[in-house]
Amino acid sequence: MHIHFLDPYQIGGSVLHQTDARVKLTLGLAFILTTALIPDGLWRLYFLLLALVLSLEIISGVGLDYFLKRSTLALPFILAVFPLIFTIPGVSFFTFTFGPWDFSASIPGLVRFASIGLKSWISIQIAILLTATTPFPDILTAMRALRFPRLLVMIFGLMWRYLFVFADETMRLLRARAARSGASGNPEFQTGGSISWRARTAGGLAGNLFVRSLERSERIYLAMLARGYDGEIRSLPQGKMEGSNWFILGFGGLVLFLVLILSLIMSI
Amino acid sequence: MLLSAEALHIPDGFLSITVLFLAWIISISVVGYALRRVGKDLGEQQVPMMGVLAAAIFAGQMINFAVAGGTSGHLMGAALATILMGPWAAILVMTSVVSIQALIFQDGGLLVLGANIFNMAVVGVSVAYMVYRLFLKITGDTRKGILVSGFSAGWFSIMLAALSVALQLVVSGTSPARLAIPAMAGVHALIGIGEGLITVGALAFLLSARPDLIHPDQSNLDGSRSVLVLGFLLTVALLLAAPLASVRPDGLEWVAMQTGFIEMTREPLYELVPDYLVPGIANESIATILAGALGILIIFGLGMGIAYNRRKGQISGR
Amino acid sequence: MHHSIEIEQLTYSYPDGHEALSDVSFVIQPGEKVAMVGPNGAGKSTLILHLNGILGGDGRVQICGQEVNKETLRRIRAMVGMVFQSPDDQLFSPRVFDDVAYGPIYQGLPPDLIQERVAKSLRAVGMEDYEQRVSHHLSMGEKKRIAIATVLSMDPEVLILDEPTAGLDPRARRSFISLLRELHLTMLVSSHDMLFVEELFPRMLILDEGRLVADGKTSELMSDDHLLAAHGLERPC
Repeated sequence: MHIHFLDPYQIGGSVLHQTDARVKLTLGLAFILTTALIPDGLWRLYFLLLALVLSLEIISGVGLDYFLKRSTLALPFILAVFPLIFTIPGVSFFTFTFGPWDFSASIPGLVRFASIGLKSWISIQIAILLTATTPFPDILTAMRALRFPRLLVMIFGLMWRYLFVFADETMRLLRARAARSGASGNPEFQTGGSISWRARTAGGLAGNLFVRSLERSERIYLAMLARGYDGEIRSLPQGKMEGSNWFILGFGGLVLFLVLILSLIMSI
Repeated sequence: MLLSAEALHIPDGFLSITVLFLAWIISISVVGYALRRVGKDLGEQQVPMMGVLAAAIFAGQMINFAVAGGTSGHLMGAALATILMGPWAAILVMTSVVSIQALIFQDGGLLVLGANIFNMAVVGVSVAYMVYRLFLKITGDTRKGILVSGFSAGWFSIMLAALSVALQLVVSGTSPARLAIPAMAGVHALIGIGEGLITVGALAFLLSARPDLIHPDQSNLDGSRSVLVLGFLLTVALLLAAPLASVRPDGLEWVAMQTGFIEMTREPLYELVPDYLVPGIANESIATILAGALGILIIFGLGMGIAYNRRKGQISGR
Repeated sequence: MHHSIEIEQLTYSYPDGHEALSDVSFVIQPGEKVAMVGPNGAGKSTLILHLNGILGGDGRVQICGQEVNKETLRRIRAMVGMVFQSPDDQLFSPRVFDDVAYGPIYQGLPPDLIQERVAKSLRAVGMEDYEQRVSHHLSMGEKKRIAIATVLSMDPEVLILDEPTAGLDPRARRSFISLLRELHLTMLVSSHDMLFVEELFPRMLILDEGRLVADGKTSELMSDDHLLAAHGLERPC
């Protein structure tokens, strides 16, 4: 039984899939940065960006429900911003009393809340687009091209490789635990044990996992040695990018730049 | 939302550019230094170990235990990583965990990754290290001492990481101090207990199965002192700033306003210099033209994208 | 008297759409010892995971007369002793005692009863002196025995084992087979070890590509070379 659903890459042949990973990584980060730079309340720009993201998602051929599902996962964090509606001073549009407290919702508060929410939602969809259309090893290669530290990229790669192995092992450990978590049927006995016992057992599972992973890493090291590893991290030189990719890079950059200028104008 | 360790992974859009910038600078410096340290004094064997341990921590975060009424607690892992591999390697391991979580699972944003790395890899690890060493000195290098120190390291790493997150949110104007700080602190005081207990459970297993892995850290004593100091400073800073901010939010704002800081953090950076950069552009018609141009460009680009897809479909005979 | 295990038209597909089990039905009487064989990927492990509710498919699964569903999970897991293929995935506590005691502790049994159960189960697998040992350091054969003890301590009605003899050297395997022979519980075993199947299990189920293709006396099925070959199996020599 495998946890292959951990891998976010969705196979496909869309133009997004075909674009060079270096371009996608750069544009993706630039897009998120642009979104972050746009001030609150510029709804037309937000909707423009949303429409853009939506179109890209359609072009990718991955299916909109995929993006919807994954992007709503991070939504709960917006709850931290919710109180702002009531704490930012301004013209009130809604008041209510709860016990001894008076709550007054202000328009500036609502604007801020909605702006953060929308911008965050846009950003997360770009990240999902990136990983859905780019196999992770390609993202690693792109990172190296963008001058990320080689040691770090190598650690990422090893981590990725063994992620699934350990996720599988963890699933099996959890199943073994579940299989032994029964109720006696005797109403006198309280099922479950104490919280602290459960926490420590969970720790035992984690410890088991860690020991096995550390021992596995010792075996991996031997395998690397056997193939000539001497501590230095070497990799193949990267290929040149085709013309169409430069075009996409330039085009995307231009669009984002114009969005920025527009946001500048609209906020004055 | 606040009831899981996921509350520590901040998504994109929640922090102001200034806060992000600062966080990135610090994270890059610390991680960069860690890379050089690890490259230099720890052996080459540490590379597979770090990658694999990062994967194990990631998988380990899937291990949960029922707390109450459907909620569950689980692991962050900074304390365990620190105890197992020493602070510098642990910083790299946690950086990897946090980065992959953001990249692949959108657990935390990409732009705010600098802040998340700061909170979990830098604060989490340095505080865990400091607490662990401190408590170990007090309790002694016995099995009990290691377990107690491990618990404390786990608890403190979660608490201070949470405080760091709360302060970043507050300074960015994303969450009100009066609520965010006590809420984060309160909730994570509980979650921290869970982290501490899991850390203890894991250490207990390790002490039985592979006690050699839990060395009391005679190696790399030299530069690790700086992590101790860093941990101490961060702890003091966060523990001072947080209560101050929540109890006297006006106090924090007053100080910030005096230095003009708050203006910087609340608005996007470039709005500080609108006039000399774009003279005379505050013009409705120019805006419309630009918007139009932008629209045309986008439609053109999307059209090409769709056409490309269509053509690929025809060639592959779908 | 109810059947120990009763499966009716069990069908299960993975989240990615791949159908793992298709319309499987069989009944196991109390005290019966049954072996499940078939090529890799036939669905044996998937089927096993339905017996204590870890997986849930379409169709009906009943253990000792109780239907397996969300409400009955806890009771079912106390009745079904499941031993997985890799003992490393089952021994997750620091000491043997803690692992064997997990089941009873979870069930909320009082400490003296727990102590008694642990001692009894370790005795049943021939590992009485191992209470304080560290599971991680034991040999494969010892770990497999302890893994059985961890479920015996729950006093289950049914014992289910996934590839129990895999990875054992001849001596450990021999002593393991003797151990299983002594345990008088309803038993369902999934195995590639045809000699082992022939020796201990009078009844055999053949699973291939998610379907139950044969269900009968081991001695009869084993002599049908065509049937065996058709499903990737061989007669033990």
